[in-house]
Amino acid sequence: MNKRYFTEWEGKQLDQIFSIARELVEDPGYPTVAAWRADGGKVLGHFQVYFPEELAHAAGMLPVKICGAQTDGTESESRFGSYLCSIIKTSLDIALTKNIELDLFVSHPICDAARNLAAIWGRNFKYKSQILYLPQNANSKYAAEYLSREYRRLLRDIEAETKAEVTDESIRASIALYNKSRALMRELYEIRRTQPWLLSGDECLIVVSLAGFLPREEFNGFVETVLPMIRSRSKRAQDKMRVVFEGGFCETPPIDLLQTISRSCYVVDDDLFIGLRFIIEDVTTKADPVMDLAEAYLEKSSYSPVQHDLRKPKEKMLLKRVEMANAEAVILAAAKMCEPGLDEQVAYSKALDEKRIPYFISEFEENQSTFDHLAIQLETFVENIMFD
Amino acid sequence: MAPEGAGSSAAGPEVVGRGIESGARMFREWFDELTRVANAGGGAAYVFVIGSFNEILQSFDMPVTFPEMNSLQTAIRRVSSDYLTMAEDYGYSSDVCGYVKADLALQLKGGAHPMGRVPKPSMAVLTNGCNTYIKWAEIWERLYGIPVVTIDIPGTRSPASKSQPGSEDFAFEQRYVLGQIKELIAVCEYVTKKKFDIDKFREVLSYANEMSLSWQRVVELNQNRPAVYNAMTDGTVFLGVANAFRGTKEGAVYFADLVEEMEYRVRHGIGVLRKTENGMVPVDQKFRLSLVGTPCYPIFRRFDDMFAKFGGIFVYSSYMSFGSGGTCAGYTYDLDRPLESFAATQLLMSRDAMDSMFHQALVLEQTAGKFAIDGVIFHPIKSCRTVSTGMADQRRYVTERLGLPTLILESDFMDPQVISEAQMKNRVDAFFEGLISRRHQSAA
Repeated sequence: MNKRYFTEWEGKQLDQIFSIARELVEDPGYPTVAAWRADGGKVLGHFQVYFPEELAHAAGMLPVKICGAQTDGTESESRFGSYLCSIIKTSLDIALTKNIELDLFVSHPICDAARNLAAIWGRNFKYKSQILYLPQNANSKYAAEYLSREYRRLLRDIEAETKAEVTDESIRASIALYNKSRALMRELYEIRRTQPWLLSGDECLIVVSLAGFLPREEFNGFVETVLPMIRSRSKRAQDKMRVVFEGGFCETPPIDLLQTISRSCYVVDDDLFIGLRFIIEDVTTKADPVMDLAEAYLEKSSYSPVQHDLRKPKEKMLLKRVEMANAEAVILAAAKMCEPGLDEQVAYSKALDEKRIPYFISEFEENQSTFDHLAIQLETFVENIMFD
Repeated sequence: MAPEGAGSSAAGPEVVGRGIESGARMFREWFDELTRVANAGGGAAYVFVIGSFNEILQSFDMPVTFPEMNSLQTAIRRVSSDYLTMAEDYGYSSDVCGYVKADLALQLKGGAHPMGRVPKPSMAVLTNGCNTYIKWAEIWERLYGIPVVTIDIPGTRSPASKSQPGSEDFAFEQRYVLGQIKELIAVCEYVTKKKFDIDKFREVLSYANEMSLSWQRVVELNQNRPAVYNAMTDGTVFLGVANAFRGTKEGAVYFADLVEEMEYRVRHGIGVLRKTENGMVPVDQKFRLSLVGTPCYPIFRRFDDMFAKFGGIFVYSSYMSFGSGGTCAGYTYDLDRPLESFAATQLLMSRDAMDSMFHQALVLEQTAGKFAIDGVIFHPIKSCRTVSTGMADQRRYVTERLGLPTLILESDFMDPQVISEAQMKNRVDAFFEGLISRRHQSAA
């Protein structure tokens, strides 16, 4: 499908573009996805964190990242107990309220709550819902073969839903498209590392969020247009502290939270929507593109608290992120009730203590709406360090 | 109803209560041995109940400890708060699993435990049966730098398309698990400096087979009226032995004896017994209940009392499945193909264990009739999102599809501060009032 679904931004100034894009990103009704479906398109919803979207794309489906929403979660409340993160509840909520309609749902065993989600989804909707078991034994020599086979199994379900045969050729074409997309996102992050005054953390979050639900061709076109506009922005560097924001790998903080941080700091790197950027190099396609995708997940990937790989101890990876971004401090965040995030906060803080890198610990929720307290705490934190 | 026991007619009344007494004694002795190892400076393999791979470790004569059981014992012995506070002081949030925190505190205390002393880990084996296992083992990696082997068990992707033995998909999954088992064996050889002995492994498997068949029979025997054991309280003792003694002669003998006792009780109509001031007395069984989730360890007996006072007895429990890593389903190994069969069976058992949490509603569809269940108690706990996240939704399913009365009680299995006993009692009382009224209406 070559039709474009998000055109309101065209011909506008950059600040207006961010504002229009933000409205779309925060709309729990996913109007562009609804329009895609109204045109007869099929939609595959996948829960955070990483999903090989190329497989759905190659079959002509629209892969959509199911990542919660700023809703009150009333409809899903009776399906869940207490002590759960918000994203689990609101993700189901937007489906129950038909804010988003899917043809296939995939969850991952990223955490104990998410692995329950596929079963819950399956009991509440007629379309197929399943778990994609991404390997947690990344160090086994059998992991790549397993994952490749698991992707092929998933492809069978995708083909059954779309009634389209997915050829290796079409997968290669999708990989090439997504390679380009990831490269464009890397460019955005490079700007933040080198000239953070040109692109704030909240603006970058808005742009990257679009990749979660726009057709990827359209997303790439959008970023290709705004990148030169960002580079030519007439903004001057300010004396702000450079920080890394860590802890938003699954549930995403509100854009306002990033905006609050950006008022006193340059957020020079983060792990927000890391799943969309998980593969950090181009996937080279050889004989078997599905195996290439599997290998890329294992061998050319970033890190997150929900992927276990002895070669990538998370705290060492964070220190590397801090170093690469030339950051002075870290905001160690975790979504409320997010067990992997809260577990990792401990390891991160010990590693940062050892390296004497200042950090600020915080918890957030996707639908929190007041940030005054955070702003005051953060300003105090920054002042303490700057005048230390 | 399960057939009554035909054999072991030589057993006499002395077998009644033997399972609980022997189980408790064996568990204490097992812990004493761990204490001896710890005091001698030795290490133990740290494993978990879903996919312990105890059979492999037994064949290397490695001492094994289950951190989940160590942690729950701190709750039963009412000292969990001390451990939780210590871990929270270290930096862990009050919102993470209490088992993990109690174990971390235990490590910080040099292994000090109310039952003795837990050795330091020499290695750790875990599966993806629970994601917290992975985060938990990362703590040991950081503290001790020990070898950690994570074994992926591809679970049920969706209940409608579960791979079955004999299918191509299952064969592939089995090969993946087998490959990882071979990698585990290599690590065990490295840690113990011993070569893997396939004949010894075969012997271990044969004991595990005996245990599995007896274990399955024990579960089945509670289909009888009166129920011959309490699946929550007595079941916890059986689980301890099933995990700690898997692949051992003592474990196989224990479960054979347990079958003998339960069959005797079935033949003589001796139901569940409760300890009172006047000794062991039979429970007046009025309602047959199924427990979904774990016991409430900090108030272990009082939790059961809430139901017992109305004649409610737990005849079935999902905990016996996931808490035993699926070993209660009666799967056995083919001793002619020990490794291949071990891989296939581990896959099936761990998958069953996971399904007993994520798809317990479907399990209840099959078991409610067999066990003549009158009501289902869902017990979500703050500490464990693996077992708890889907419970409210499964409750809806069970109520709507099976028409069974249900009760949901939220608490914790480690942190006494999260447990509101009075509120729980109120809800249990109201639940039984409903059950009693339902029964009267149905009689009328």
